[in-house]
Amino acid sequence: MAVTLNQVCFRTLHLDKPWTLATYESAGGYAMWKKILHEKTPPSEIVDTLKASGLRGRGGAGFPTGLKWSFINRDVPGDKYAVCNSDEGEPGTCKDRDILTYNPHQLIEGMLIAQYVMNATGYNYIRGEFDLPLERTEAAVAEARAAGYIGKNVLGSGMDFELYNTVGAGAYICGEETALLESLEGKKGQPRFKPPFPANYGLYGRPTTVNNTETFASVPVILEKGAKWFAELGKPNNGGTKIFSVTGHVKQPGNFEVPLGTSFAELLELAGGLKDGRTLKAVIPGGSSAPVVTGETMMGLDMDYDSIAGAGSMLGSGAVIIMDDTTCMVKALARVAYFYYEESCGQCTPCREGTGWLYRVIKRILDGNAGQHELDMLDDVASKIEGRTICALGDSAAWPVRSFIKHFREEFEFMIQHKKSILD
Amino acid sequence: MAEQELVEIEIDGKKLQVKPGSMIIEAADDADIKIPRFCYHKKLSIAANCRMCLVDVEKANKPLPACATPIMPGMVVRTQSKEALVAQRAVMEFLLINHPLDCPICDQGGECELQDVAMGYGKSVSRYTEGKRSVKDKDIGSLVATDMTRCILCTRCVRFGQEVIGLPELGATGRGEHTEIGTYIEKSLTSEMSGNIIDLCPVGALTSKPFRFKARAWELEQGTSVAPHDCVGSNIYVHRHRDKVMRVVPKDDESINECWISDRDRFSYEGLYHEDRLTQPMIKKEGAWQVVDWQEALTFAVDGLKKVIDDNTAAQLAAVASPNSTVEEHYLLQKLVRGLGSHNIDHRLRQTDFSDQLATPVSAGLPISIEAIETQEQILLIGSDVQREQPIVGHRIRRAYLRGTNVCVINPMDYHFNFDVKEKIIVSPSTMLQELAAVTKAVLDQTQNTRHGKVADLLKQVTVSDSHQRMAKQLLGAGDKVVLLGAHGLNHLHSSQIKLLANTLSQAISGQCGYLTEGANATGASLAGAIPHRCAANLGVAKSGLDAKQIWQSQLKAFILLNLEPEYDCADPQMALASLQQANFVVSLSPYMTSTMKDYANVILPVCPFAETSGTFVNIENKWQSFAAAAAPQGEARPGWKVLRVLGNLFEQEGFDYTVSTEVRDELKVAVDGMTMTQTNQDHIPSTLNFSANVDLERIAYPPIYRTDNLVRRGESLQRSGIAEAAAVHLSANTATQMNLADCEQVTVKQNGQHVNLPLHVDGRVPDNCVYIPSGFAETAMLGVTSPAALTLERS
Ligand SMILES: Cc1cc2nc3c(=O)[nH]c(=O)nc-3n(C[C@H](O)[C@H](O)[C@H](O)COP(=O)(O)O)c2cc1C
Ligand code: SF4
Ligand code: FES
Repeated sequence: MAVTLNQVCFRTLHLDKPWTLATYESAGGYAMWKKILHEKTPPSEIVDTLKASGLRGRGGAGFPTGLKWSFINRDVPGDKYAVCNSDEGEPGTCKDRDILTYNPHQLIEGMLIAQYVMNATGYNYIRGEFDLPLERTEAAVAEARAAGYIGKNVLGSGMDFELYNTVGAGAYICGEETALLESLEGKKGQPRFKPPFPANYGLYGRPTTVNNTETFASVPVILEKGAKWFAELGKPNNGGTKIFSVTGHVKQPGNFEVPLGTSFAELLELAGGLKDGRTLKAVIPGGSSAPVVTGETMMGLDMDYDSIAGAGSMLGSGAVIIMDDTTCMVKALARVAYFYYEESCGQCTPCREGTGWLYRVIKRILDGNAGQHELDMLDDVASKIEGRTICALGDSAAWPVRSFIKHFREEFEFMIQHKKSILD
Repeated sequence: MAEQELVEIEIDGKKLQVKPGSMIIEAADDADIKIPRFCYHKKLSIAANCRMCLVDVEKANKPLPACATPIMPGMVVRTQSKEALVAQRAVMEFLLINHPLDCPICDQGGECELQDVAMGYGKSVSRYTEGKRSVKDKDIGSLVATDMTRCILCTRCVRFGQEVIGLPELGATGRGEHTEIGTYIEKSLTSEMSGNIIDLCPVGALTSKPFRFKARAWELEQGTSVAPHDCVGSNIYVHRHRDKVMRVVPKDDESINECWISDRDRFSYEGLYHEDRLTQPMIKKEGAWQVVDWQEALTFAVDGLKKVIDDNTAAQLAAVASPNSTVEEHYLLQKLVRGLGSHNIDHRLRQTDFSDQLATPVSAGLPISIEAIETQEQILLIGSDVQREQPIVGHRIRRAYLRGTNVCVINPMDYHFNFDVKEKIIVSPSTMLQELAAVTKAVLDQTQNTRHGKVADLLKQVTVSDSHQRMAKQLLGAGDKVVLLGAHGLNHLHSSQIKLLANTLSQAISGQCGYLTEGANATGASLAGAIPHRCAANLGVAKSGLDAKQIWQSQLKAFILLNLEPEYDCADPQMALASLQQANFVVSLSPYMTSTMKDYANVILPVCPFAETSGTFVNIENKWQSFAAAAAPQGEARPGWKVLRVLGNLFEQEGFDYTVSTEVRDELKVAVDGMTMTQTNQDHIPSTLNFSANVDLERIAYPPIYRTDNLVRRGESLQRSGIAEAAAVHLSANTATQMNLADCEQVTVKQNGQHVNLPLHVDGRVPDNCVYIPSGFAETAMLGVTSPAALTLERS
């Protein structure tokens, strides 16, 4: 069965200049926005549709979006915020970049609908390095404003909707939703301790919902085509499509929007398959934070939340990192560990101290300067970061280490003993 | 409000009833169950960053931080289970891997929270074999030493700055392992409470600079005492090593200073060991000073005083005491001079208007508790730089403000506060009276209040403007209210009128009026009878003696001075010194000897300063706080009360047979308990209000925070700290321009035939046509302080 691509966030990708208002509208864009404002759709109805659609957050944690939106009481007086997380810093992930670049209006429409539901002001927090995506999204916001979709008394509804783009400054941690809020407030981007959650105490201490770019961009299509249609694209509890950023040792790396539940084998094929003569060694299925899965196991999995979780990893942000048999797992882990060491915000002890420790030990293994006992110590140190930090970066730093050692222990032992890679 | 229902939880098998919404750590602390912690501090916001307090909570899938996990009904917490201990030990290990473990050379050693917890949770051998991080030390001024490599990044100091003192001087720069605490751009701390970060820092990263390497914590002996500088009476511990005071730290008292103290209270002890300390009695014979033993000195003093009294009358004798002296000293001093036949005694050194003294209560302080300042809804400050005068009161006002209280001020300078001011009037000292009159009138008008007819009559000619109406409206807002008079109000040229209006105003707004008196023990001094118009315990006198101003004006022949340095402590130093110099015989009971003192005194009796004597201070809430000596007297110095007792004996007076200082206190206390505090509270109504200054350039004079008394003036580290002021001339930009003077120029100040050269600072806080020249400095001592005598400025 051939996989149908690009049904939701990339539905306009085949059109000429899909990032322009004209193209987006020609494909039915902003129809839902107009309808909602015109019919004054009860917000709870929209939330119910999202709940029924099975849409889960595309930022990594997979939290049900309808449920999240229902946490905001739109009637509490004072400001409320809907914040889009376009910080996209998870290594291997580049899907939000393409939504911002090629379909910014759909994101804007999704955010506006959220703002309508929650009676909120919108902020789109865009990764600092995203030059073209920012340019396109800024232009789209300007177009939408000129067309009367954003601003005062939108489409004569008597309601005001403000939406702003803001730019990050290059910190991975600012993708964590509460660090993002701190950064939006102009402070140093450091995660807040939860509870309280953003729904109660978010931006400037006000009720706030943070969703990923892909999550927001999915909303107009779900409302247009219905919850059932969306849910049935995927599998039960794993509704809809997901964009997978396939990178690594494949012939055609790229973003592929496929129904959830598509088999990994099909996804691999879409990406052109492995390079000739190579075999699949390992896959990180959900961004660098996700535990690594052996190639063998991976070939039997489907690309959905539950299937991947069943194999002890997670779908995460949908960044699928393919590693063939030329990959030195020690080197790969060293690179991942270095990333978390560099990106730890430094606030809480286990992560601040532990990430540096992990990296240094792995680096010494690479340098041929470590003992066998240190492998267990490495796993032990990682286990003591896991679950003990303010935000999930600590877990993200620990999981790769633990899973690499678990699945590829002999490579580490070999290198410690022989001071060279098992591949050399 | 209905009592909140308590909920039941269980910690380590103990069933506890706790307030809903509190955190596990609070419940555990209340039940005396120890949970290790570093970042948590009961007075700071929750950061939950150290993770040391991880505990095992039933039904949670991972250990949770006790400091940030709210209790839930039925919660079962284990702080000592295997899971909890594994988590706590792991955090301990993480904290130690980059810590230098230089305990043997660390000042915090022995009282280090990290060291203590490590004893319980750490391992003796580290698994960490990588290089350790080191961090460059920062110079943040003369009070706090930094060893930033030891920092565990708990951010207590950062939160203290942001939350408690409202001055975010310290922050965390950098990320991850490279995070550092610092001021970003190197600079000295500029808070009057900065030393508290020393106590807050759980490790040896921030330590006391003056105490650095002086002693180990475990060698110190601890005595309790009361801070000797302001009317708050902060509770302190004095730490000594071989009889020498090594440092001062706060003693928790929720009703007064909580766990904080001001830098003045913390570091002034250095003044105890200043080279000016006098350790042996000295007498002047034929113009030459000689060291003598106590007996000779006392006999010499008694003979000298007797001669003056015999040759003249006892009315030629006056006693002047610093308000920082103890109750016992004040009481015995007045007992002595009254026994000799004179009522000329005073401690109100910077006050100049005494016209209302018979009409006002003997000890006027704060009619509400210090704690209750926080629950006031409206606060009016009149003539007060409260944050610098009484840092703890300032802190309470900030807390009130953070809760939503409106603060209004009428001040002679636009002082910077760590709370926002809702309505403010910044005018020259003389105009302050007029502005207060206008606000009072506006309040009376707005409330159509007719109870204050006589005062209203005085206000007939006063013009009320919008700003007065606004402030009046604000003050008439809801809730509890207090009007607080600071030094510029109490020492105003017409302070009786200021007080009259402040009291009228506070009554008209249904509030209270409090006086933030000077020194540590003004209330105690008044109750003890160190005032000319009342004996101890408010007993009337047939005819009042001379007040502090008249004493200096009257060319008296004999003086007894207690803890006094008139050139710095008095309203008009020039006059005070002239008066002392013309006298026949001056006895100075002082811990210090100065060249000025050698000039005017005939005997100097070395008395014990703060910490070396027992005694009592009565704070503005009328709280009597007694303390024992915390360190041995230096050399031959003796506690003031003992010296006065022996003087009483040598004068063969009755009732000077005390053996311990508590007998002195108790004698007074019994009398005070029997007196009616406010028996004389009728208004003192003048015939007219004195609005005009009669001078072109009005001087604002007050000793800056570290120049207020003989001890703090000798605290060397404080003198070098970020907020220490120097003698200078401060003008508004307008006035400077008008006078054709520029910032940083040297100018000559002329007053009363004296002149001094000082640098000029253009200072936005000073109103036009005023000049702020601080007192309390040798350079400015020769200028009459509050006297309205013409003062001129010109380029040097
Ligand atoms: C260290 C860290 C980095 C993160 N980075 C991102 C990110 O770049 N983009 C994103 O959408 N979510 C990121 N997240 C997840 C967010 O915290 C949050 O869960 C998400 O934005 C919620 O949106 P969703 O419900 O639509 O998935 C990150 C989380 C962590 C712990
Ligand atoms: S886990 Fe790491 S990144 Fe997250 S708050 Fe703690 S130190 Fe910062
Ligand atoms: S004391 Fe709880 S995390 Fe620091």
